[in-house]
Amino acid sequence: MTTRYSALSLLREGLSGHQGWKPAWRNGEPKKAYDAIIIGGGGHGLATAYYLAKLHGMRNIALLERAWIGGGNTGRNTTVIRSNYFFPESTQFYDFALSLYEGLSRELNYNIMFSRRGMWSLAQDRHGLEMLRRSANAMLRNGADVEWVEGDEVLRRIPGLRPRRFPVLAGLLQPRAGTARHDAVAWGYARAADSLGVDIVQNCEVLGFDIRGGKIRGVKTSRGDIASERVGMAVAGHSSAMAKLAGFRLPIVSYALQAFVSEPMKPVLDTIVLSPATGVYVSQSDKGELVLGGALDLFPSYAQRGSLPTLEQVAGGLIDMFPQFSRVRLLRQWAGIVDVVHDSTPILGESPVEGLYLNCGWGTGGFKAIPGGGYCLAHEMATGSPHSLATAFGLGRFRTGALIDEAAASGIAH
Amino acid sequence: MSGGRVAGGVAIDRSRTIRFRWAGRDYTGFAGDTLASALLANGVSLFGRSFKYHRPRGLLAAGLDEPNAIVQLERGAATIPNLKASYVELYDELYAQPVNAWPSVNFDLMAVNALFKRFIPAAFYYKTFMWPNWLLFEPLIRKAAGLGQSPKNADPDIYAQLSAHCDALVIGGGIAGLAAALAAGRTGRRVMLVTGGAHWGGRFAGSEELVESKPAQAWIASALRELADLPNVALHNRTLATGHYDDGLVALCERVTDHMPLADRTGARQRLWRVRAGEVILATGAFERPLAFANNDLPGIMLAGAAAVYLHRYGVLVGRQLVIATNNDSGWHAAVSLAKAGARIVAIVDARTAPPPTLLATADAMGIAVRCGAAPERAVGGKRVRAVKVAALDAQGRLSGKSEHFACDTLLMSGGWNPAVHLHSQAGGGLRLDSALQSFLPNPRDGILSLGGAAGDFSIDSTLVAARGRVTDPVNAPVRPIWSLSRTAEPDPLAWVDFQNDVTAGDIAIAARENFRSVEHLKRYTTLGMATDQGKISNVSGIGVLSQLLSRPMEAIGTTRFRPPYDPTAIGVFAGHRVGDGLVPRRRLALDHRHVAAGARIEEYGGWMRPVAYPRAGETEAQAIAREVRAVRTGVGLVESSPLGKIEVKGPDAAAFLDRIYVNTISTLKPGRCRYALMLNENGTIFDDGIVTRLAEDHFLVGTTSGHVAAIAEILEEWLQCEWPGLRVLTQDVTTCWAVLNLAGPKARDVLDALDSSIDFGAAAFPHMQHREGEIAGIRARVARISFSGELSYEIAVPWRDVDPLWTALTAAGEPHGLTPFGIEALMTMRIEKGFLHVGSETDGATQPQDVGFAALLAKKKSDFIGRRSTQRPDSLRDGRRQLVGIAVDGTQPAEVGAHIVGVGRKAAIGSDGWITSSAWSPTIDAPVALAMVNDGAARIGEAVRIWDLGRWREGRIVERCRYDPEGARLDV
Amino acid sequence: MLIDCPWCGPRSEREFRCGGEGHIVRPETPDAVDDTVWADYLFYRDNPKGLGYERWLHRFGCGRWFNVVRSTTDHRLAAVYGMSDPRPELGGDR
Repeated sequence: MTTRYSALSLLREGLSGHQGWKPAWRNGEPKKAYDAIIIGGGGHGLATAYYLAKLHGMRNIALLERAWIGGGNTGRNTTVIRSNYFFPESTQFYDFALSLYEGLSRELNYNIMFSRRGMWSLAQDRHGLEMLRRSANAMLRNGADVEWVEGDEVLRRIPGLRPRRFPVLAGLLQPRAGTARHDAVAWGYARAADSLGVDIVQNCEVLGFDIRGGKIRGVKTSRGDIASERVGMAVAGHSSAMAKLAGFRLPIVSYALQAFVSEPMKPVLDTIVLSPATGVYVSQSDKGELVLGGALDLFPSYAQRGSLPTLEQVAGGLIDMFPQFSRVRLLRQWAGIVDVVHDSTPILGESPVEGLYLNCGWGTGGFKAIPGGGYCLAHEMATGSPHSLATAFGLGRFRTGALIDEAAASGIAH
Repeated sequence: MSGGRVAGGVAIDRSRTIRFRWAGRDYTGFAGDTLASALLANGVSLFGRSFKYHRPRGLLAAGLDEPNAIVQLERGAATIPNLKASYVELYDELYAQPVNAWPSVNFDLMAVNALFKRFIPAAFYYKTFMWPNWLLFEPLIRKAAGLGQSPKNADPDIYAQLSAHCDALVIGGGIAGLAAALAAGRTGRRVMLVTGGAHWGGRFAGSEELVESKPAQAWIASALRELADLPNVALHNRTLATGHYDDGLVALCERVTDHMPLADRTGARQRLWRVRAGEVILATGAFERPLAFANNDLPGIMLAGAAAVYLHRYGVLVGRQLVIATNNDSGWHAAVSLAKAGARIVAIVDARTAPPPTLLATADAMGIAVRCGAAPERAVGGKRVRAVKVAALDAQGRLSGKSEHFACDTLLMSGGWNPAVHLHSQAGGGLRLDSALQSFLPNPRDGILSLGGAAGDFSIDSTLVAARGRVTDPVNAPVRPIWSLSRTAEPDPLAWVDFQNDVTAGDIAIAARENFRSVEHLKRYTTLGMATDQGKISNVSGIGVLSQLLSRPMEAIGTTRFRPPYDPTAIGVFAGHRVGDGLVPRRRLALDHRHVAAGARIEEYGGWMRPVAYPRAGETEAQAIAREVRAVRTGVGLVESSPLGKIEVKGPDAAAFLDRIYVNTISTLKPGRCRYALMLNENGTIFDDGIVTRLAEDHFLVGTTSGHVAAIAEILEEWLQCEWPGLRVLTQDVTTCWAVLNLAGPKARDVLDALDSSIDFGAAAFPHMQHREGEIAGIRARVARISFSGELSYEIAVPWRDVDPLWTALTAAGEPHGLTPFGIEALMTMRIEKGFLHVGSETDGATQPQDVGFAALLAKKKSDFIGRRSTQRPDSLRDGRRQLVGIAVDGTQPAEVGAHIVGVGRKAAIGSDGWITSSAWSPTIDAPVALAMVNDGAARIGEAVRIWDLGRWREGRIVERCRYDPEGARLDV
Repeated sequence: MLIDCPWCGPRSEREFRCGGEGHIVRPETPDAVDDTVWADYLFYRDNPKGLGYERWLHRFGCGRWFNVVRSTTDHRLAAVYGMSDPRPELGGDR
């Protein structure tokens, strides 16, 4: 079984040459059949496996990962965790995810380094001010803890913020927002799920589905056929490709979202700042790197790589907020592939195939949702009905028109 | 003992002494030196402290692969963190400090971390700091992390950007690059040859190597002369290729003034080149690998090739008493060069049991001790290496037998060479493992050619042949892979692999034991390869150690992705002109100068700089707005509305086309008439509104909101070109062809009547919602009698250049009537009084026509239009949708826009029934007025509600939207 | 990307806008189709990994829309053709 991690275990292993560390998770060999299969070894998939085992008492579970766990958007995002959404359905869901994050290190016995450093959204013109105030009130009314700050007080509260082209009229702070070590979220869930008996199978690509009479019977993989009547897919970025294997389409288009880090520096920015005028946001990692993000690339892509035009835009946006970072050097740019849906709200729940459940459509905000997405998918897979926090996130909304249009309503890049 | 200056050095100019300051002490060097070479020449060997354990560190490399000698250059606004001393050119009065050392690099308090090293291996932080929570420990960790300091002041420098095209872009100024540029240049192709450093010739500059029977430096000089004479070849030094993107796009960063004394710098500090090349030729060389043995990070332990570069390029001998440890031929060549320059070579230790006899003979002739089939076991020393223990290697590559002690002041190592495949790989090029080199080589790819070291070709002759376009198959003597040196299968916990990030071979073993065995997991778990050298030193070695631990071939483990930039690059150079107003240009009104002269407060609205109001001396903004509203309501006012969108739509099918675009029927409009119209997107959401004017049977003027005009012009064309190519319609956005002044108020007609005009402004001749063309005060004008204020109002559009005389004429004619210029806030106040919709304020991504009072309009039209079908879905038809209403509040303070409406009877403790979308103090009715979107609002007129804003409550009442002249009598005058 | 506009020749991606998946057919009589068909037209997409049809606008250029076949994995354009030209068959590597 796994070693319990603590300062004491480090001390013990330090004295004995670190020979006793156990694998964080076993390399599972797939069995012929499982009670439940989860496709996708990112944060959402791993969290789903963990909660299925932990909360729903299931033990005979496989998680299938095409390559290495945490290698998709879980390992490529800018690690921001927040719940500053507009509509109550969103705020309640993301707030729940945030609250799970707050206790996650101890729950998993794995330090995910959730750093509650607060996140600021800025208002940069009169219209932006009105929209931000509307958001602030929505969050407050929906139970999220946020602080409204006006005028120069924002500049006093965010050291180094010296906007040039776009003034700062107000700021909305969500103090509970923060960042976490993204890889650790995947590894922590994997280790905890593994210790509950979940088989984590890496290098196992799903090549097709066994569907009979509209019901799922199993999956065909690069390591053989595996039977199961309950399958969840959590492969954001590649959801359409997976759905195609199951014979249906999704209201999703895949886009590249780029991210950037600077060279590491001593602490200089102790919060997360988003500028709606430029779409750029920035924080500083524990390692000292500035972590930057911007808007989506504007054409469909499955190539996880950065481009020059986006880099130029993001660089301009950053130094409009923080002109002193102009001489800081950029260390690395990359991209993740995100599922973009019309209303910037996830898709959680049933698919057109009975027994196959969806966890997709996270747009640019999947990381912050991981505990919530896994929790709700596990609930639906175990009980057959959606969790109360996720009832509005079904595919049906695209037919009825009951969209939850966060992109338009809160004006926040997702 | 340590190194110092000797003879030679092709890059330096000994006639020009340069003074500089490092770590609080003054030094001198020569023009052409780098900070690293000058410090080495001064005998400095301690350059910094490592990231985590704060171990003393010296120079390892001579280029941008340097992981240890990281410096903070300059002070104040000019400061730059994290530069590599080996890549900083020396200039007069240069000022630099080491990073990660407090209080000083010689005495570093954090070095205490090294004592605890065994308890804080790679990734230790995932296993602790959980109780009570991470926040308690984080500040300490953050303070310890990071290298240099961020600048605190705005960047005083500017950065340029430019684009270039060429047939061949040759990257790398060594022998391979020069030869490739010559070959391409001689055929007449347009060639750009760039090199990142200041000097040409690469690794062989100043060496004893022969190139086409000439000494290397002579060949380099003649190649440069010929290239300079070719008009189709451009050479750029100090120009580093940072990124290789789609379709032959390469980003180059040229350091224009960084090598100059601060006081001499003018113009752009750096330039970003965006080069689109037909062919990209990569002559980027190779990076030497260190060897991983205990204490291999002591100052005085350096890459052998780097020592040769310091000698040949800068005339600096890195030490006097040298041991060379190698697993390939190149270490021997370095030893010979250094011996000739006066160093004593204590021993050459080669992991191979049988190095080439020629090398053995050379060493023998020079009296150098040689140990074959052996490798260093441990370096000994404190702040500099003093000795090295060497032991034999058994067949498995483990150290065995009795170790031998060699005293030395410098240990040079060569663990083989890694081709610099970064730019190849960034563009999507594949890699394969070369078993002789034990490193990854580029696979062939269209449009990209790798040459020389970058292609794993370390022979000058073969490289020259390849540069001329012939396919070669270079044969390299196999290196002996010795990825981690220890006596057991367990790697040594003090054998560094990633120096800057303090990752040792022992850390890789821990990761492997814990199942972090994918190369990406290894990287992320240990941070191997994530330092500011981006893994140039460590990546392949790390893969090698893992391969050895898992007994899996390196190609099965694979590499991590190579990401731009190739070397860290200033954020400012990517931003370029996107600074201040260059980020997003400000659009100014046609009469901007008039508004400013009239005392307007100007702010940005939807990208346009527009008058907020024209406050008079002593007036607050609110007082000014109220005065302006009263002036319009009782007299006459003038506002510039030039940004309002104007799109001409013309052609036999124009009316049919617009019928498909708008919720309204447009084809029934008569020429000379105007109609308010609503436009949806295909999802049924209100996208825009405005006035459509029929200028002639086949000619319309589509009015849009100022923020949406570009999008709508594009959407109209998209429908025409993509969906209905058969419609005979042309569109043209003419927004900035016509400046617009809006004359509003009951006395507006009086003002116009006072001017010479071909237009009859009489109430009967020119009724509301009609349009006329003619001349006013001798200026050609299009006049629409339309109103957003609720008063008699004429929108006068004239050619942009003619608006100044129109303003003069109108203000002169208006003076007797008290004509008052008014700003956008007064206009907004009046439209809120009238309850008029403002797209973007009242509407969002969920708002459909039936929500804002256009249900009847929607129901009336029978033919299809964009978005119509979406308004028939279940959610569009349900009861209780949010609807636009008016809100009345008591007191004098307007409700806050963005406040939420909570029904008195609402049961849920959370949530709301809607929100205030627009709000103002109405001087007309002497009360606050507001509009709101409220659930089921239309049915709740008269209901008392509570209004929530940031925790404060106030009382209000749902009322009709229109609070002023609901019958519209004032328009009909 | 370098995009070969049929009217202007190869130009930088900065000059263009992607209009999404190509050859999406708007229902002839929207009133006659049910909500599922309408949702399919509005939101559901092939979103292929590999070659796919798209339409692009040369926004800062000639202002014309055109069709392309492009790979979403390496961004290479396999074909460029007019709005009313027939749809070419995709290669094998879809």
